[in-house]
Amino acid sequence: MANLTLVQAINLALIQEMEADDRVMLLGEDVGPNGGVFRVTDGLHARFGGDRVVDTPLAESGIIGTAIGLAMNGLRPVPEIQFEGFLGPAYDQITTHAARMRTRTRGAFTVPMVVRVPIGGGIHAPELHSDSPEAIYAHHPGLKVVMPASPYDAKGLLISAIRDPDPVMYFEPKRIYRAFREEVPEDEYTIPIGEARVVSEGEELTIVTWGAPVVQCMKAIENSEKSIELIDLRTIYPVDIDAIEESVKKTGRCVIVHEAPKTCGFGAEIATSIMERCFLHLEAPVQRVTGFDTVMPYYKLELEYLPETERISRAIEEVAAY
Amino acid sequence: MPVKTVFETKIDHVSILDENGNFDAKLGKGVIPDQDAVALFEHMLTCRHLDEVAFKLQRSGRMGTYPENRGQEATSLGAAYALDKKDWLVPCYRENAGLFWRGLPIEMVLLHWMGDERGNQIDNELCITPLAIPIGTQMLHATGLAWAAKYRQEKQIACTFFGDGATSEGDFHEAANFAANLDLPVIFFCQNNGWAISVPSKIQCSAPTVAQRGLAYGMDCVQVDGNDIFAVVKVTRDAAKLAREKKRPTFIEAVTYRLGDHTTADDARRYRDEKEVESWKKKDPILRLEKYLREKKLWTDKKHEAALAKARETVTAAVKRAEEIADPKIADFFNSMYAELPADLKRQRDTMCTHSLGLDPSQLEGTERQAVNSQH
Ligand SMILES: Cc1ncc(C[n+]2csc(CCOP(=O)(O)OP(=O)(O)O)c2C)c(N)n1
Ligand SMILES: [Mg+2]
Repeated sequence: MANLTLVQAINLALIQEMEADDRVMLLGEDVGPNGGVFRVTDGLHARFGGDRVVDTPLAESGIIGTAIGLAMNGLRPVPEIQFEGFLGPAYDQITTHAARMRTRTRGAFTVPMVVRVPIGGGIHAPELHSDSPEAIYAHHPGLKVVMPASPYDAKGLLISAIRDPDPVMYFEPKRIYRAFREEVPEDEYTIPIGEARVVSEGEELTIVTWGAPVVQCMKAIENSEKSIELIDLRTIYPVDIDAIEESVKKTGRCVIVHEAPKTCGFGAEIATSIMERCFLHLEAPVQRVTGFDTVMPYYKLELEYLPETERISRAIEEVAAY
Repeated sequence: MPVKTVFETKIDHVSILDENGNFDAKLGKGVIPDQDAVALFEHMLTCRHLDEVAFKLQRSGRMGTYPENRGQEATSLGAAYALDKKDWLVPCYRENAGLFWRGLPIEMVLLHWMGDERGNQIDNELCITPLAIPIGTQMLHATGLAWAAKYRQEKQIACTFFGDGATSEGDFHEAANFAANLDLPVIFFCQNNGWAISVPSKIQCSAPTVAQRGLAYGMDCVQVDGNDIFAVVKVTRDAAKLAREKKRPTFIEAVTYRLGDHTTADDARRYRDEKEVESWKKKDPILRLEKYLREKKLWTDKKHEAALAKARETVTAAVKRAEEIADPKIADFFNSMYAELPADLKRQRDTMCTHSLGLDPSQLEGTERQAVNSQH
C-alpha cells in the first residue's frame, strides 16, 4: 500500500497497464517529457519512450481522430485532452465516430480507447479551464463516462477503462487532484464501471453526487444532525440506478449535487429515474444543488457558482424538514 | 515532357536590424522615424516591467495564472504600429505590447488574469477583440471581421495573432482557406516562439518554415525576424497594403522566442535547455533597439533611468486600478448572460439557489403539507 494523491494513483495505473500490455500507449499535448500540465504522466516518457508516450501537434480533433484509428487497428490508446474546455474540437470525433463505430459496423470495428480529461472548477484557473461537461457525453449513446472522486477509485476505474472494449470518457476532477491522499494498493485491482460507491451510510436522506463535490457533501453531512447517506456515482454512464433506488427507498428523500449547470445536467436524469422507480417512497421532492445556468464565471466568482457546502446544507435541511 | 514543374516557390526572410545592431539602411529607410523609435522603445520597457510585476503578483497570490510576454514584445508592437487605428487586432494572449500601443488600458489585461470578465469589456472603438484562450479559434473571427469590413466596402482590415502551436489546429486551416478563397483582408500573424508549452515547434510543423503553410492556401507568405521591430513593421505594412488594396490575405511568420515560462503555471526547465534560452537572450528585441537608439545618439543613461521610472509609475498605477476595483457581483454576472434574462435564471440569481424547496411557498398551496410545513 502507498499513500497517494489522485494524480499519483492515475500515474500508477498507467504504468501498470503499460507494463502489462504493450498495446497501451498515450498521446496528447505536453504528455511527454513535461509529464502533462498536471504531471499525471510524469516519468512515463522516460520509462516507456517516445513511441508509447507521444507529444502530438496541438490539435484535439487530431488527437482523438488518430486515437480512433489506433484503436481500430489493434492498439489501446489513452489520449489526453489537456482541459475539458478544449474538448470542443474533439467533440465531433468523439460523438460522430468513437461513440458510433461499434453499432454502425455491427461490431466489425470497435474503439477501445480511454479519453482522459481533467474536469471541473475550484482551482483558480483561467477561462475554459473549469467547466463540467460530463452530461454532454453521457447523452451520447455509445460512450461510457467515468469520474472518480478518490485516489483508490481513480486507479481501479482507470484500469477497468483501459481494459474496456468500448470508448470511455475518463474525467479527472482537478480540484481534488492533490487535495488529499489515500491508501492505494500497489497491486493491480479493478473497480467495475457502472457501480456507485456508498461513501457513508444513513437513514434519513440520500445525497447523490460525483467528482470533486463529494468533498463538499461530506462537510455538509458532518455539519448536519441528520443521518445522511452519501452516494458517489463514480460512473455517470452507465449509471448505477439500482444503488440510488435502494438508498432512496430507504430514506425517502434525495438531494443531487453537481458542478455542471442545472438545466440538462446529469442530476435531471437521476431525479427522473428516482421519480420513475421510487415515487411512492418519496417523502419530499428531489432537489438539485448545482452550478447555475450561466457560463462558468472567471475565478473571482467561481466559488459563488459552484455547489459549496453552505448551499448543500441548506437544501439538506429543507428536504429533511419537508 | 511528361513531368513538368507546375508550382515553385520560395519564402523570404526579412531582417533590418540584426542582433549585433547592424541596420540595413536601404530596407530600413523611413520604416520608423526616430521619434517613434524612441516611443516604441519606451513602450517595450513598460511591457517588460509589467511582466516582472505580474509574475510577482501571481506568486504572491494577487493574480491567477499569467503568461509572460518577455522576449516577444517587438512582434505585436510592430504590427500594431504599422496598422491603422481602425484595423482589427485579434489576439490570443501574448500580445500585450500591441494591445497597449493601440490603447487598451493595462488594467484590462490584469483584470482578465485576475479572474474578472470586466477585463474583456473592451471599448469597441479600440477594435480589439478579447483574449482568446482556446487556441486557434480567433483566426476565424478575424476572417469574419475582415469579411464584414469588405462587405461594407470599408478600408478596415483585420490582423490576427497566434502561436506556432495554433497552426496545428483545424481552425487555422479553415480560416486561411476562407480568407484566401473569399479574398478577405486578413493578416495571419504567427508568433513562432519555438514552443507550445513543452512541445517544440518542429512537432507542429516539420516543413522548414511555418510561413509556407500559407502558400498551400494561395496567399502571400513571408518570414520575418520577430525580434527586429523594423522588419516587423515593414512586413506588416506591406501585408496591410495588399489587404486594403487587393483584399488579399498574407501569412507572416515572426521568428521569436519565449524567454519566460509558458505561463506562471509552467516550469520550462523541465523540458528545454537553458543554453537555448541564453542564446536567445542575446537576440532580445529590447537590447537590439536600445543599441540602435544609442548609436544614433537618441538614447542616454539618463533617458533610460527616466524611462524605467515612468514604466514603474505606469504599471503601479495600472495594478492599483485593477486591484481597487470593487469585487465583481455574481448578480451582474447573471445579468450579462442574455439581453433579456429568462425567468428561471432570474430566480436563480435572486435566490442564489438551484433548489427550490423552501424558497417557493406556492409549491405547497392547496396541499396537506401546507399545514404541516407551516409548523416548522
Ligand atoms: C484548444 C486548446 N487546446 C489546448 C490548450 C492549452 N494550451 C494553452 S496554450 C498552449 C500552447 C500554445 O502554443 P502556441 O500556439 O505556440 O502559443 P504560445 O503559447 O507559444 O504563445 C496549449 C496547448 C488551449 N488553450 N486551447
Ligand atoms: Mg509558441
